[in-house]
Amino acid sequence: MHDQPQTQSPPPGLAIQATGLTKSFGLTPALREVGFELPWGNTLALFGHNGAGKSTLLRTLATLVRPERGTLRIAGFDRATHPAQIRAAVGFVGHQPLLYDELTSTENLRFYAKLYHLPNPASRVREALAMAGAEGYAGQHVRTLSNGMQKRVAIARALLHRPAVLLLDEPETGLDAAGVIMLDAAVRAVRDGGASVVMTTHSTQRGLVLADQVLVLARGRVVLSSSSEEVTADGVQALLAGAA
Amino acid sequence: MSAYLSAALAVYLKDVRLEARSKETVGAVLIFALLVAFIFNFAFDATPDIVAIVGPGIVWVAYVFTGILGLNRTFVLERDRGTLDGLMLAPVGREAIYLGKLLSAISVMLVVEFLMVPVFLVLYDISLLDLRFALAALLATIGFAAVGTLFSAIAAHTRAREVLLPLLFLPVVLPVIMAAVAITALVLEGDGWSAATSWLQLVVAFDIVFLVVSSWAFEFVLEE
Repeated sequence: MHDQPQTQSPPPGLAIQATGLTKSFGLTPALREVGFELPWGNTLALFGHNGAGKSTLLRTLATLVRPERGTLRIAGFDRATHPAQIRAAVGFVGHQPLLYDELTSTENLRFYAKLYHLPNPASRVREALAMAGAEGYAGQHVRTLSNGMQKRVAIARALLHRPAVLLLDEPETGLDAAGVIMLDAAVRAVRDGGASVVMTTHSTQRGLVLADQVLVLARGRVVLSSSSEEVTADGVQALLAGAA
Repeated sequence: MSAYLSAALAVYLKDVRLEARSKETVGAVLIFALLVAFIFNFAFDATPDIVAIVGPGIVWVAYVFTGILGLNRTFVLERDRGTLDGLMLAPVGREAIYLGKLLSAISVMLVVEFLMVPVFLVLYDISLLDLRFALAALLATIGFAAVGTLFSAIAAHTRAREVLLPLLFLPVVLPVIMAAVAITALVLEGDGWSAATSWLQLVVAFDIVFLVVSSWAFEFVLEE
């Protein structure tokens, strides 16, 4: 972690307010009446087995998935009426790096800077790459980077526009130990800057250390919603084992 | 420049840069167009009488088939690279992404169409250096790309994407193909502008309708 990120000033109210989010893919339900609230400056750790609905929930929050039912407000904007404003407020790190192999790290981020209409894109790109510890390969084509390096550039991409809400889907995948330390520091710095973070992770211990709130999903339903101080890693594991 | 045009231009220039480095799409599409032109050359005895009858059809079969090949890659590449979500996450109207992709598709098709002009001259003695043909090719290509960009986005979400695009695309663009073939025939016969006007009007109307409808429908196609 190199620089303190400057997030957008949080608007009044809650960072995220989700109610009754429901989504199916064909006949397979992915989310069933999922609801939660996340205040500004808080981190939410999302736990669940594979197929529990974690990624679908994150993709729904990122407006990549349209829920069939339920309401969603992020940064004060309603999903149904202001999806573009939500996208401007959200940074997303998913399973794919969302980078073009034929472009360099800097070219990729400059492209996204244009899509986000960022002022001073060159300095923002440098800042984001430095935050993710990826400035050393700024000029390298993405196809020449290892998975861990690509993940760092992907994190830089998500931080590029100083998002008010950061969504991380198993972000530690592919990162080495130094990368995980960078990631944890970035999450803390984003949160300390007033932004909110939602992250999925299979590392219960790490998630609880970083999080203020915990949400456990099983088969698309919320089976636990709690403050992180009120639960233990063993308790979460036991809940997950029972839900399997 | 408005945010809308700026985003569309960013998507377009990104695609141009990717294509300039990989040369994947133009290279593959051009080779396919050459193969189509050569196969027809072997299939028909290209005497002036026969070329006068089938020449316009050969030109547009080559252009349409290669267009499908190029359009298929418009979103499939984004999907396969996993970068489609990156575009979807951008805080811009979906129409801006559509416009950027549309311009990319038009550019690829026009480059290949232009490069094929001397090939048709050599193989079939067809001279397409005519303003009416250039206008018809431009307008028809816009129509193809307007429909094809939308359908390419639909097909990219399916497993049978290579099959689905032509099945969706060809019936819809049939009026444009008919008009383009008719205008090309008029050009080869040496007729004046007046004969081509009604066909050009048909293509212009098609382009306007499908540019509006496709850019509107694009948002619903991309979201899961």
